[in-house]
Amino acid sequence: MVRPAYVDPVSGEIDPDVDLRVEGQRRELVGHHVQVLGAIALGGGLGAVARYGLAQAMPVRPGQFPWATFVTNVSGCLLIGVLMVLVARAHRLVRPFFGVGVLGGFTTFSTYAVEFQNLLRAGQVGLAFAYLAGTLVSAVIAVLIGVKTTRSVVRA
Amino acid sequence: MTVLLVFVGAMVGAPLRYLTDRAVQKRHETTFPWGTFTVNVTGCLILGALSGAGSASATFSLLGTGFCGALTTYSTFSYETFRLAEQKEYFYAAMNVVVSIVAGVGAAVIAYMAVM
Repeated sequence: MVRPAYVDPVSGEIDPDVDLRVEGQRRELVGHHVQVLGAIALGGGLGAVARYGLAQAMPVRPGQFPWATFVTNVSGCLLIGVLMVLVARAHRLVRPFFGVGVLGGFTTFSTYAVEFQNLLRAGQVGLAFAYLAGTLVSAVIAVLIGVKTTRSVVRA
Repeated sequence: MTVLLVFVGAMVGAPLRYLTDRAVQKRHETTFPWGTFTVNVTGCLILGALSGAGSASATFSLLGTGFCGALTTYSTFSYETFRLAEQKEYFYAAMNVVVSIVAGVGAAVIAYMAVM
């Protein structure tokens, strides 16, 4: 039997970590707790270490634009867009490992919020709001580019 | 050593995000992604407190960079916003952005000031 080249995301699916409206994801822990949670834990650990490494490589001084977190979050968003198109035909542990684990562990919302607050406290109000909005807009555009590009490649 | 602390913290944070997301979705069957919202705001609260308390660098690596970094996620938040917009749920897409950012930043600021 020929496998479909491309499967559209299940209608209504919103959350890439887990969406209980999707039958396969609702039941993915049944009998596979250790496998699924282990894949998420390992992926999360690796993603976080990659984020830490990038932050070490791009040190940011207080009061400066937090480029390391910006690059981390925007690149992670590009990759989640690519991944979520591909997972429809991938092994069942690919989404838990790469999506929930690696990319979830790589990107961060908490550091983003605290860095915004740090910029405000440093008196860099304009830069703080530029960081807040700049990350948001770039991240959503990155998801869009990731999804659209991968869809067109997979469909071709 | 620091790398190990980050790794261990994240090994707990990432599965906790997944399990919390499942638990929240079981209780609230809505289009709005409350599960992701819950982990992101909780992580901001904890990181704000760690930051305000001026935590030692080992504690911060384990709980801040590792645990909170992996508990919270920007990729999931952005993908959800994109999918809501793609499904023409523009109100929910806008709400996800506004509510997550206001609550996340608010939680970080309040926790920072509370423990400082």
